[in-house]
Amino acid sequence: MNNIVFGQYYPSSSIVHRLDARVKLLLAIAYIITIFFVEDYVVYAGMFLFVLAVALIARIPLKILFRTVRTIVVLILITAVINLFFTKGETLWWSWKFIKIYREGVERAIKLALRLILLMLFPSLLTLTTTPMELTDAIESLLSPLKLIKVPVHAIALIMSIALRMIPILVEETNKIMLAQKARGASFDTGGALKKAKAMIPVLVPLFVGAFRRADELALAMDARCYSSVQKRTKYKVMKLHLRDAVAAVVCLAVFSVAFLNKYLFPFDEMILSLFA
Amino acid sequence: MSIVVKDLSYVYSQGTPYAQTALENVGIEIREGEYLAVVGKTGSGKSTFIQHLNALIKLQSGEIRVFDIDLTAKKPDLRRLRGTVGMVMQYPEYQLFDETVEKDVAFGPKNLALPEEEIRARVKEAIELVGLKYDEVKDRSPFELSGGQKRRVAIAGVIAMKPRVLVLDEPTAGLDPLGKREILALIRRLKETTSPTVVIVSHDMEAVAEHCDRMAVFSGGKILKVAPPREVFYDEALMREAEMDAPSVVKVAKALISRGVSFHNLPVKKEELVKELVERRGR
Repeated sequence: MNNIVFGQYYPSSSIVHRLDARVKLLLAIAYIITIFFVEDYVVYAGMFLFVLAVALIARIPLKILFRTVRTIVVLILITAVINLFFTKGETLWWSWKFIKIYREGVERAIKLALRLILLMLFPSLLTLTTTPMELTDAIESLLSPLKLIKVPVHAIALIMSIALRMIPILVEETNKIMLAQKARGASFDTGGALKKAKAMIPVLVPLFVGAFRRADELALAMDARCYSSVQKRTKYKVMKLHLRDAVAAVVCLAVFSVAFLNKYLFPFDEMILSLFA
Repeated sequence: MSIVVKDLSYVYSQGTPYAQTALENVGIEIREGEYLAVVGKTGSGKSTFIQHLNALIKLQSGEIRVFDIDLTAKKPDLRRLRGTVGMVMQYPEYQLFDETVEKDVAFGPKNLALPEEEIRARVKEAIELVGLKYDEVKDRSPFELSGGQKRRVAIAGVIAMKPRVLVLDEPTAGLDPLGKREILALIRRLKETTSPTVVIVSHDMEAVAEHCDRMAVFSGGKILKVAPPREVFYDEALMREAEMDAPSVVKVAKALISRGVSFHNLPVKKEELVKELVERRGR
């Protein structure tokens, strides 16, 4: 239950932590788009170094950063294996009965795996350095133009922040209930898949009952304090852009453009590789 | 001795920036047949301590023996341990889950792999012991009972395992005065019938003074003192260090002492105070 790292804030007072959440969010999106366009090993390596550098500045231990990749290991393996066997190419490397593996397939599997890992790393840095509350505020702020076409942006942001706030509470509650049922002799890690699933019923039922009870109580408490999402609301923490946000944006965008331009204008990686050739 | 704890230490989230020491070199011997209160302010390590008694928390360092079960062993017999030490958590009514009261109470005994008739007999006995009518409640959903009834059903679920030691974490939390008194009377009854040794975590000093034989005072993850209530409540330095509030009987007695009244036996229970005062008048 304690390994839900994605979305877990790692406290520190580094400059990355203090950056404006909106800037970080937009940069993460830019990063993702860039990764989708990158296809060269050297640029992958460059992006990897860039991520490491950001993690270093953010004072996030690499162990914690890479733990986030562990959550998608299965996804990476499945994608890689599928691509390995089902990509048709020209150079046949290995075959056995109907299974044929081409050079192109191997290359594609490796590239996709690298891409998935890179895709996971930077957004993880975002969630490790930004509190869920800052993130929802950022999303609300970035979506606010949609208010013009009557999208209930504030309500959406509120739902998101309540949902995020509830995750740790529900995790804690789950732990408590599991302890209570363990004390009554339940065991959750023995038997086959079906038995394990059945063993979760004594946890899930009280958890759901509790979640609905909490939701009711929260709604009542908000009503009692005259909460309404229709009125214009002010913020306790007003988000402001600083010089450091501009610097971060310029540095990141510069790195991303090099990765981009590399593909379309001048292929660095071939130049670098040719040095070793 | 029913439970012996030696040098128990525990750190939450060890090796992360959230690391927090919850217990430090805790040692205590819980006697068979005693009513022990575990007291201390929030965050003093009480809950962490009692969860160790049932191996709900994995031992980090130290030793625990529950009767003949050694928790330092590589694979302690958890099933037997959980049948020996019954744990009633805080707000136990939130762990009810089954369709009927009968099935819910049977959950524990079933996990102990007892024979069918034995389970049925124990469930009936447990439900009656907690003061509910078996025939009336057995087929009802636990979710349609009142708050107090739910708590009784939850306690019955633990009692049905016939533990020799009953551990309760704040059993009276969130109850009105009448409900509190009923639950405390129920615990007394259970101590006399099924579980002779009782360990209770409580903030309610009135209840502790009235019911308990000894108190274990926790502060900052350590045990400051294990002694009968009389030796705890009149120990000014200890009370200050543990940031505890004395029960009203003790407050009255202290006020009388400061006005020159002397007692043969320092009172902690209401009857003791009354008896002392009546005796003085007689003289």
